[in-house]
Amino acid sequence: MGNEETITELNVTGETCPVPLVETRKAVRKAQPGDIIEVSGDHPASKEEIPMAVESLQLKLLSVEETENGWIIRIKIPEDTDG
Amino acid sequence: MADKATIIVQSGYMDNLYSALIIGTGALSMGMDVSMYFTFWGLERLKKGQLDAGPLSRMNLLGLGKWMMKHKMRQSNVRTLEELLQDFAELGGKILACDMTMEIMGIGREDLRDDVISDYCAVGTYIKEARESEITLFI
Repeated sequence: MGNEETITELNVTGETCPVPLVETRKAVRKAQPGDIIEVSGDHPASKEEIPMAVESLQLKLLSVEETENGWIIRIKIPEDTDG
Repeated sequence: MADKATIIVQSGYMDNLYSALIIGTGALSMGMDVSMYFTFWGLERLKKGQLDAGPLSRMNLLGLGKWMMKHKMRQSNVRTLEELLQDFAELGGKILACDMTMEIMGIGREDLRDDVISDYCAVGTYIKEARESEITLFI
């Protein structure tokens, strides 16, 4: 049926610069092509910065969602990259 | 091939160390290759146990200013210099110690943190990397 997709949840609520970015990068390094990383946090600047990093790293930005406590950003590792 | 950022860390002030490590980890997080070259007072910070020893560059107030800054950082949940340094190394950042500084200031390899130092080098290595870098900074 569907692909085996690992979804990694990363919670950086309460963390300030540069931690959300750094932890996202660490999660991306550990992930495999096809995996999804879901980062949740509340640092306002990171809501803008993480999508920028996703673009720089040539990953796929699936969604940026505002929540009651902050935001959730979903990232997909493309199939043809080595992270 | 990834873009490069090369940073010279010449000052040993706490705020300057923070800037260097935040910029360094930020650049790594954006997919760049990053090298940090430690010279003079910056290299003092790479001595064992000395990472936190620098005063603030201004308003140090005999240590009171530094204490207040650290207090605010704790309140805002800012990572410590040691944590940032570990993050930097974990993400593949390179830390280079300047040979010449070591000689002038009488610092031996045994005094330094060889757990984080990638290599020891001279100015030629720096220039080779810097000329290929999109971002070069002197902190």
